[in-house]
Amino acid sequence: MQKTHDHKALWLVAPALLLVAFTAVIPLMTVVNYSVQDTFGNNQFFWVGTEWYREILRSDRFHAAFLRQIMFSATILAIEIPLGLAIALSMPKKGLGVSVCLVLMALPLLIPWNVVGTIWQIFARVDIGLLGHTLNGLGIDFNYTQNAGAAWATLIIMDVWHWTSLVVLLCYAGLVAIPPAYYQAARIDGASRWAVFRYIELPKMSRVLLIAVLLRFMDSFMIYTEPFVVTGGGPGNATTFLSVDLVKMAIGQFDLGPAAAMSVIYFLIVILVSWAFYTIMTREDFEPSGGAR
Amino acid sequence: MNASRKKFRAKYLAPTLYIIFLMTPIYWLLTMSLKTNQEILSTFSLWPKNLTFANYIVIFTDASWYSGYINSMIYVSMNTVISVLAALPAAYAFSRHRFLGDKHIFFWLLTNRMAPPAVFALPFFQLYSSIGLFDTHIAVALAHTLFNIPLAIWILEGFMSGVPREIDETAYIDGYSFPKFFVKIFMPLIASGIGVAAFFCFMFSWVELLIARTLTSVAAKPIAAVMTRTVSASGLDWGVLAAAGILTILPGALVIWFVRHHIARGFALGRV
Repeated sequence: MQKTHDHKALWLVAPALLLVAFTAVIPLMTVVNYSVQDTFGNNQFFWVGTEWYREILRSDRFHAAFLRQIMFSATILAIEIPLGLAIALSMPKKGLGVSVCLVLMALPLLIPWNVVGTIWQIFARVDIGLLGHTLNGLGIDFNYTQNAGAAWATLIIMDVWHWTSLVVLLCYAGLVAIPPAYYQAARIDGASRWAVFRYIELPKMSRVLLIAVLLRFMDSFMIYTEPFVVTGGGPGNATTFLSVDLVKMAIGQFDLGPAAAMSVIYFLIVILVSWAFYTIMTREDFEPSGGAR
Repeated sequence: MNASRKKFRAKYLAPTLYIIFLMTPIYWLLTMSLKTNQEILSTFSLWPKNLTFANYIVIFTDASWYSGYINSMIYVSMNTVISVLAALPAAYAFSRHRFLGDKHIFFWLLTNRMAPPAVFALPFFQLYSSIGLFDTHIAVALAHTLFNIPLAIWILEGFMSGVPREIDETAYIDGYSFPKFFVKIFMPLIASGIGVAAFFCFMFSWVELLIARTLTSVAAKPIAAVMTRTVSASGLDWGVLAAAGILTILPGALVIWFVRHHIARGFALGRV
């Protein structure tokens, strides 16, 4: 769409900007402020420069949490994106089935995150949970409070359960927006099912897929509530992801300086990745072939 | 007949299996909420043997439980109204105009949607304590605008860009002022977009726990936080916990029914 240059439009953005600035900028400045100071309590602070940053970047604890975080995000992306795509492709396109599918599939997305944790905490328990009880009955040693592998498996299945629907809904929205003429043309050309997917559906869905990868990466990268409820970061530190570690440090141990430095590093990583995605997305916006979107 | 049924089965196998996978844990929570604690812990059954509503009665009669729902509803509604009202003009500006720093502002707003709540928990606590808003509904509502305003702008901008510019221009030629045009002509045109944006604000404010829990202690404590307290305090009252969980799923199920026709487009942030 052709846009007009009008700097007065800034006034329309002002209320949103002021609100977000109040909720985002002031707290962020507090964090930056803490990250360069040390305290002995009694509100006495003194300047330590980049010491906390160096300490965090060198600490094994941060490296381990970061590595676990990357592994977790990579695993759930590798499962959720293909699975969501496959389910979206096999969903009905019209009729009552669509509404039923959409509503039922969206349901996990609307459950408070700690309730998601509670559901899986119960469901995977060996004594009273269906999953844990069944697996143990089959002779598999499954105890997520003691076994790191089982804890990981529980969290990953939980995340797949919780969020795959988001990928399904995004892909489905992309699929139904493809004009029927494309399919007709493919049928006339005698294209195979694979060719239809590869040359029509996949390119048309590239944009929503990008949004799906972005949202899933971001949200899994800041996951806190669900692992906190299910495993509390354990057994040991096996499922202590970045956010879990950060809250332990900031609120559990009240190490304000290191926690603040870690917050800033954490936030910078997130911004860097968002910026990369945003650049790709806005570049696609200006492609002339984007008519069907 | 038989062949077509077989084809039907094969075609919908994947979505059906997926929905069964989604529903099983919820079903388990539901059966548990209808059992007595004794039955939960002593016997292992797929459905309640002695059907009981005692767990739900506990929640509806104990103020520390049901006030949690009321608190959550209050701040979620406040947040939805604030976010959508602030996002509407901003989204219009982004969809219609180029202005100083527009792309940077848009990106900066989006980064807040991506900000880890764990980063903000502690400074939020200090900020709202220092201005005397700690443990109030408005504090949580304002804190949640951090990710909901950017999201609402993003969704609304997508829907608004689908409305042709000619409509704006015709209205101005007909002598409409901007506020009158916006409320009388433009907002009805993007009504479904407003509905979807409100739905997403509701959803993300409803499901968030970390910030809501950090900013409240008693007076505005959300239901989600009431639940975590019960887990750690007794650790045993599984039936009531399950009933509380089921009751937190209901509002989501209700609102989703109203936006079901737009939900797919909404999840694509209005960009399909």
